[in-house]
Amino acid sequence: MSETNIAADLKPALDVAKIRQDFPILHQQINGKPLIYLDNAATSQKPRQVIEMVDKYYQEDNANIHRGVHTLSERATADYENAREKVRAFIHAESEKEIIFVRGATEGINLIAHSYGRTHLKSGDEIIISTMEHHSNIVPWQLLCEQTGAVLKVIPINVAGELIIEEFEKLLSPKTKIISVAHISNALGTINPIKTIIDRAHDHLAIVIIDGAQATPHTAVDVQALDCDFYVFSGHKLFAPTGVGVLYGKADLLEAMPPWQGGGDMIKMVSFEKTLYADLPYKFEAGTPHIAGVIGLGAAIDYVNAIGLDTIGAYENELLEYATIKSARMEDLRLIGTAIEKASILSFVMDNVHPHDIGTILDHEGIAIRTGHHCAMPIMAHFNISATARASFSFYNTFAEVDSLMSALEKAREVFA
Amino acid sequence: MFDLQDLYQEVIIDHNRCPRNFGKLENPTQAAQGYNPLCGDKLNLYLKMERGTVTDVRFDGSGCAISVASASLMTDTLKGMTLDQVEQLFQNFHNLIMEEKDPDKEQVEALGKLAALLGVKQYPARVKCATLCWHTLHSAMQGEKIATTE
Repeated sequence: MSETNIAADLKPALDVAKIRQDFPILHQQINGKPLIYLDNAATSQKPRQVIEMVDKYYQEDNANIHRGVHTLSERATADYENAREKVRAFIHAESEKEIIFVRGATEGINLIAHSYGRTHLKSGDEIIISTMEHHSNIVPWQLLCEQTGAVLKVIPINVAGELIIEEFEKLLSPKTKIISVAHISNALGTINPIKTIIDRAHDHLAIVIIDGAQATPHTAVDVQALDCDFYVFSGHKLFAPTGVGVLYGKADLLEAMPPWQGGGDMIKMVSFEKTLYADLPYKFEAGTPHIAGVIGLGAAIDYVNAIGLDTIGAYENELLEYATIKSARMEDLRLIGTAIEKASILSFVMDNVHPHDIGTILDHEGIAIRTGHHCAMPIMAHFNISATARASFSFYNTFAEVDSLMSALEKAREVFA
Repeated sequence: MFDLQDLYQEVIIDHNRCPRNFGKLENPTQAAQGYNPLCGDKLNLYLKMERGTVTDVRFDGSGCAISVASASLMTDTLKGMTLDQVEQLFQNFHNLIMEEKDPDKEQVEALGKLAALLGVKQYPARVKCATLCWHTLHSAMQGEKIATTE
């Protein structure tokens, strides 16, 4: 009974019941039970404000951008560029020129590895990543190392799943050219001390890329205050459509980088003798982009801003704390990732139930979680496991849903008792 | 709605809790590693064949209840079978687990204890958990075939 009391005492600063009305998908039954969506770190659900904006674009404004003189094209272009300004303000970039629309965080990292990496790295140079990176922040650098002869170095982590900063400092040397780390770990929830990392890296004249895929839905980002060189994130984790993301880069770095894809929209003039590339940000946006997705991302940012990331973050922290306390009462449950600074991700294993079986049993209860290696196999190896179950919370989740999660885990335990 | 007990039948729970033939086999004639990149499950299969007959088979590794129980049931079934019998059983099992329509009674009976795994049909995301050990077995046996033709 005490759990219920705790839940009642925590008066959230936001009206979750009202917010849930904005998310049509949440109001359905799965296997005869109300859907409880706890897979937000994989992708977030979309509020109707985003869905309606995408719908409106296709119903009323659909046209290609940056070329037509007709009204629809002008409308589409204005909405697309308006979204760019929203993104700029959202991450506090200095200029819209620094906001490149890509398919997602993965494409953003690949763009940097191709365009910046291939022109700036040579054999023997070093790239530093961390043990807790997503495969999207490992493999592009391995490919770059193969192509250039550069060497990949990895920052180790402690038992709580926190970066060991002293070890990071030991890795830094004049050979260090690129450091690329996650703002928040998708597998553990750890919030990394990226400001410290950026400052130390700059002492050694290395550039820093921050993978913000997990961070932007939970915490305010100020790329100028951070002084990061690049910052990437995905729209779909931020309540926007899939297939759209953002690469932020400092203008002087982007200016000096060659385009990575050629095509329409990224040129000023083309002849068979010479092609003049477009200015930023268009130099990196070859081909017709995901216009509806970009406009949807703008709407998602408006939605998040209306609630406020501080309010969202505070509420999600309460959810995480509540779930952490409740899970601690299950003796056969072990949390993977217990960093002091942690976002709303609860990754865990149970003694006698494999994560996959947990996932299936929870689905039976209408609860969606992620099970597996979370595209972070090195971190699984670090903890000597092959998979975890991961519940990740968003601001539309409730304390009652956390209670349901815990009851379902007890059910999972009973199946294998 | 599917009943969870169709998937986690008593046989499955039992074979997961106490997997038969679990552990490394010394001096196998064939061995293969099965790997499910989707979930990170790993399975090592060790096979001892004498004159075209399975005389011993063991496995180790880590996996979910379905994957462990499937490997346990498979190894329990294979001993004493000829290569052709194994191949036929694999095809039968694979067909039944992949087919959308309900299997007929005779086909299910031919599977024996393995029929306990058919509950997985209702969980498309879990079918690979049940077939991982069989694909690993197939790899191991193909290894032998290549060895005999050379």
